[in-house]
Amino acid sequence: MSKVKIEINGIEFETDAGATILQAAQQVGIRVPRLCYHPDLPAWAACGICVVKVAGAGKMLRACATPVEDGMKIVTHDPEIVHVRKSVLELILSTHPNDCLRCPRNGNCELQRLAADFGIRQVRYESRVAHLPEDDSTKAVVLHPEKCVKCGRCAIVCQQMQNVWALEFVGRGEGTRLAPTGDIKLAESPCIRCGQCSAHCPVGAIYEHDETDRVWRALQNPDLHCVVQIAPSVRVAIGEAFGYEPGTVLTGKTYAALRRLGFKAVFDTNFGADLTIMEEASEFVQRFVHGRGPLPLITSCCPAWTDYMEKYAPDFIENFSTAKSPHAMLAAMAKTYYAEKMGIDPAKIYMVSIMPCTAKKFEIIRSREMFDGERPYVNVSLTTRELARMVKECGIDFVELPDEEADTILGYYTGAGTIFGATGGVMEAALRTAHYLITKRELEDVNFLPVRGLEGVKDAALTIAGREIRVAAAHSMNNIETVLDRVRASRRSGGEPAYHFIEVMACRGGCVGGGGQPYGADDEVRRRRASGIYQDDAMSTKRCSHQNPYIQKLYAEYLGAPLSPRAHALLHTHYRRRPLYAR
Amino acid sequence: MGKLTLAELRELRERARAEIARRESDAGGGDVVVGLGTCGLAAGARATLDALVEELNRRGLVNVTVRQTGCMGLCHSEPTVEVRVPGMPPMIYGKVTPEVARRIVEEHIIGRSLVSDHIHDRPAPDIAAGLGAGR
Amino acid sequence: MAYSQYVLVCAGTACESCRSAEIVRRLQAGVRARGLEGSVQVVRTGCFGFCAQGPVVKVLPGDHFYAQVKPEDAEEIVEEHLAKGRPVQRLLYRAPGRAAGAAAELPFYQKQFRIVLRNCGVIDPENIREYIAREGYAGLERALFEMTPDDVIEELRKSGLRGRGGAGYPTWKKWVFSKEAPANPKYIICNADEGDPGAYMDRSTLEGDPHSILEAMAIAGRTVGAQQGYIYIRAEYPLAIRRLEIAIRQAREAGLLGRDILGSGFDFDVELRLGAGAFVCGEETALIASIEGRRGMPVPRPPYPAVRGLWGKPTVINNVETLANIPVILLKGGDWFGSIGTPTSKGTKVFALTGKVNNSGLIEVPMGTTLREIIFDIGGGIKGGRRFKAAQTGGPSGGVIPEAYLDTPIDYESLAELGSIMGSGGLIVMDEDDCIVDVNKFYLEFTVDESCGKCAPCRIGGRTMYNLLTKITEGRGSVADIEQLHAVAHAMQKASLCGLGQTAPNPVLSSLRHFGEEYRIHIKDRRCPSGRCKALVTYSILPDKCIGCTLCARRCPVNCISGERRKAHVIDATRCIKCGECYEACKFGAVLRA
Repeated sequence: MSKVKIEINGIEFETDAGATILQAAQQVGIRVPRLCYHPDLPAWAACGICVVKVAGAGKMLRACATPVEDGMKIVTHDPEIVHVRKSVLELILSTHPNDCLRCPRNGNCELQRLAADFGIRQVRYESRVAHLPEDDSTKAVVLHPEKCVKCGRCAIVCQQMQNVWALEFVGRGEGTRLAPTGDIKLAESPCIRCGQCSAHCPVGAIYEHDETDRVWRALQNPDLHCVVQIAPSVRVAIGEAFGYEPGTVLTGKTYAALRRLGFKAVFDTNFGADLTIMEEASEFVQRFVHGRGPLPLITSCCPAWTDYMEKYAPDFIENFSTAKSPHAMLAAMAKTYYAEKMGIDPAKIYMVSIMPCTAKKFEIIRSREMFDGERPYVNVSLTTRELARMVKECGIDFVELPDEEADTILGYYTGAGTIFGATGGVMEAALRTAHYLITKRELEDVNFLPVRGLEGVKDAALTIAGREIRVAAAHSMNNIETVLDRVRASRRSGGEPAYHFIEVMACRGGCVGGGGQPYGADDEVRRRRASGIYQDDAMSTKRCSHQNPYIQKLYAEYLGAPLSPRAHALLHTHYRRRPLYAR
Repeated sequence: MGKLTLAELRELRERARAEIARRESDAGGGDVVVGLGTCGLAAGARATLDALVEELNRRGLVNVTVRQTGCMGLCHSEPTVEVRVPGMPPMIYGKVTPEVARRIVEEHIIGRSLVSDHIHDRPAPDIAAGLGAGR
Repeated sequence: MAYSQYVLVCAGTACESCRSAEIVRRLQAGVRARGLEGSVQVVRTGCFGFCAQGPVVKVLPGDHFYAQVKPEDAEEIVEEHLAKGRPVQRLLYRAPGRAAGAAAELPFYQKQFRIVLRNCGVIDPENIREYIAREGYAGLERALFEMTPDDVIEELRKSGLRGRGGAGYPTWKKWVFSKEAPANPKYIICNADEGDPGAYMDRSTLEGDPHSILEAMAIAGRTVGAQQGYIYIRAEYPLAIRRLEIAIRQAREAGLLGRDILGSGFDFDVELRLGAGAFVCGEETALIASIEGRRGMPVPRPPYPAVRGLWGKPTVINNVETLANIPVILLKGGDWFGSIGTPTSKGTKVFALTGKVNNSGLIEVPMGTTLREIIFDIGGGIKGGRRFKAAQTGGPSGGVIPEAYLDTPIDYESLAELGSIMGSGGLIVMDEDDCIVDVNKFYLEFTVDESCGKCAPCRIGGRTMYNLLTKITEGRGSVADIEQLHAVAHAMQKASLCGLGQTAPNPVLSSLRHFGEEYRIHIKDRRCPSGRCKALVTYSILPDKCIGCTLCARRCPVNCISGERRKAHVIDATRCIKCGECYEACKFGAVLRA
């Protein structure tokens, strides 16, 4: 990349041509104050906090959106700049409720941090807070527009990163709101509940539907046998809430914390992931080797993605793996196999899943297969953020906790199960087992690097038993249509399918970047969380799902074989076209 | 009109120029131009135009052409009508109601006299500037 | 029978008071006395607006112009001029630096200073032949067959033409940037999203001379290498839209738009894009967003549209008035155009002159004309003989200019120095009955309403300023409010994303600068000098002046005035709604407004 020479605050240096002032300033130790800017998104330039002076420009320019030019002389702070920023901040605060103490983002709010950094002690301007109703219609993501600072991140995420177009600017002037397009309820919109809006919101205007109360009540109920499971990506992110670096693998401490909260048994969704692989890899072999079912096979463990597909791409319903997602499989096994083995009435088992995800809150009731009669297999799905709050609420000193083990018979996992948490992981895990199922031989090197990493669409090919398998792993919904369009084109031409196997994760980076994960994710954080995941995989003694002795036992004792009638009844689901707008 | 070549455009320009010159000189019975910009229309220029056409027809003045144009800039005196008849100075009338329009036909076009109180006539800005200089 | 001579006598109020009625009588008497009544008609005209030099008398044909005519002069005019054909030299008006004389030497009608409005009110806008007859498409001919793109840019550079949309950026530079930008295709956009309250220059131009815009766009396309143009026009301009549609159809039929224009091999076409009337869509990046089908919100510049515009491609965006100049510049040359105006601002400027002025309307004057000339000479002065208070240029982005600066020659720089801007050409005149705080509330209400809501300084700051002004006009103001106004204004100017927010504080800032005392009277004395701010006004009846005519009581809409006939009346202040009807109605000055 070519370089330009610029000067910031009197310091001359070289930086990449094309960098913004905000990025370049970081090189000389200046983190220009900002509110609307987010590294995931194109600069929206709305808030007016990151203004700087550029020699020759009459007005102040936004550091987030102004590219550096050769010879540019920039001042990032002087009394006038600070004064302007402070005035703007006060203006923003004058329209923001003053109820930080009762806000879900208390202590973790970007606006609050700015107010603290700028030493705001009073707001000179008359307070004008628009009283707008909350929208909790999705029971997954809550819109609380009263708190909104109109940074635009949610709408840009929803439209540009996720290609969902559920959120939009509505109204204008001071009546501007971020709301579902057409000013309908979020549940009536195309929202796929991925929660990326909530993960990007700088303030308490969008947050997860909090269900910790329900869990507390269940834990207090002596009649209930409360069990819990944690998703692959939770273990590498939850530590951030307790001061750990992103990507620190904290499986053992998380188990310990859950036991201290009062759960009778702690399972691991990674076991469910191993089970999912058994079913899904078998499905793939059925379709690829035996021609039973259309190709490509497309993964379905991401509930936001299945929701998207049902609304935006129903022409792919028959390509979807019917295998339930790992936490749903594990829950079904908990209330059948585990219940039977332990002699517990399944009706008394209360299953809580800790997920990186807000869409899981919807997934657990999305179709009849998710229910055991009247009761859902997963009773409550909490996000990583909610779990962190519960732990803090009890004063559990997470850092000091010992490492504990999960409860068998649904707790042991292989490296294949854990990599579900990163984009490409499901594909990699499935290929490890598919290779075995097709060839009856173990892979020498289980690492399949081409599907790892943050590239939006990762194309790869491998050969198993002399046949080429073309695969793709895509994440962040804006990358999906490219892949689907290639498949559609090959369908139209009637030739070979563009791909045989496709993995899709709705969130950037996969579940490590999930909408329910601790705040502050950017690509650097996602990369570090993913590296924790791959580290967990590398440290595992067994790295392929079919090698999991408890999985083998489960099939031997209870399910028979993958895709057996019982497996189908308990571990599979179906998809249907859903309207984009529910009214 | 089909697609023009450069030569045809130039020829057309000469022809059109001549047509207009003819219209403005002595040929025909005259030329009445009504300002039909938004300002004119808002002030009722459509009714003025209708009254002019009706009155000319009623009196059989078939050789007087009525044309439309845009805003002359005299928005405070809309509707405005410019009257050019052979042998008379070109004249702009302001606040031309249908009633005034009929008077224009009768007094100006037929009677060859100007219609008092509706004449809109002002000198050029440089003269205007001089005139106003005393203030 | 036909008259051969016509004598036009100004019969406006001011000239009437200078006895113009008597002049008419004496002229008519003189004409009759000489038996000229068959050949000379003496008529009254409306006010010429030159009351200081009145009464004025004009003789047609010949366009001889007499100023400061006295009734005694009538006889001589009849005898010498009308009877003998010898204009009365001592009475003839002499423009400074000009010999008095016949029509041929006198640039008479204001049309002669019209460049932009050259065809407006002259041609039939729905007839392409009339446009062609008046040198229409001759500029495009030159651009296609006689000039290279660089020649065109050179003429524009020499002309000194600057953007008429408000900011005054040199037009040739925009064209160069687009021309040099490597990406393709390129686009030409005509910004016809005129939105300032009271401004309608562009609408009139499009309604009166639509082909001039099409021709200019084709010239721009030829110069920068674009083949597609869009006219972004608000849907509230149905007549302009219709005329443009007709013009586009006619131009396509004549091969002046479309493929291979005039056999030159150059393709260019124009389409309309209708806007929904949001003021912010006049901002070029918001305009582009709107054309692309997105919500009309600005994005930061750079990159400028000239380099990355519509669909990410190089795009020249010029306003209607800017474009209307271009065919003329190509025909008459950049040097000719550059000879008009001031050193920094060339050519003419069209203003929509409105407000408390006698002759409101559309005017086009050379840059450097003073406000005094515009308001008093062309506009005919203040309505009802009231006192001039301020002129507002640049609409909601501009500022107020007080009487002390009426003689400033108008150009981009001088207006900026006064805290205003040239803007697109709205010019609103205020008189002593207008309250400066109240007027600014109006402008802020407009910008607050029209803010797109994207950036915080504009979205919140505008409303905050508006509320502060409301406090002041309602008598709840404090000195601290003025400081707050300054602080918010500063933040808006520096940190707003686009011109709308950056300039929205201008009216308040300029009025604080020029009319600070009026703000202080509102705040400290709780008084509104003009009587506009109802909360600060009380009406009462002076008993010694009231004769008990009952007129005020009959006019009062809430019946809060009582009193017997022929006895002093009383206003019940608790019920008074301060509409001012009694004040206007009283013929004896007995109603006191304080």
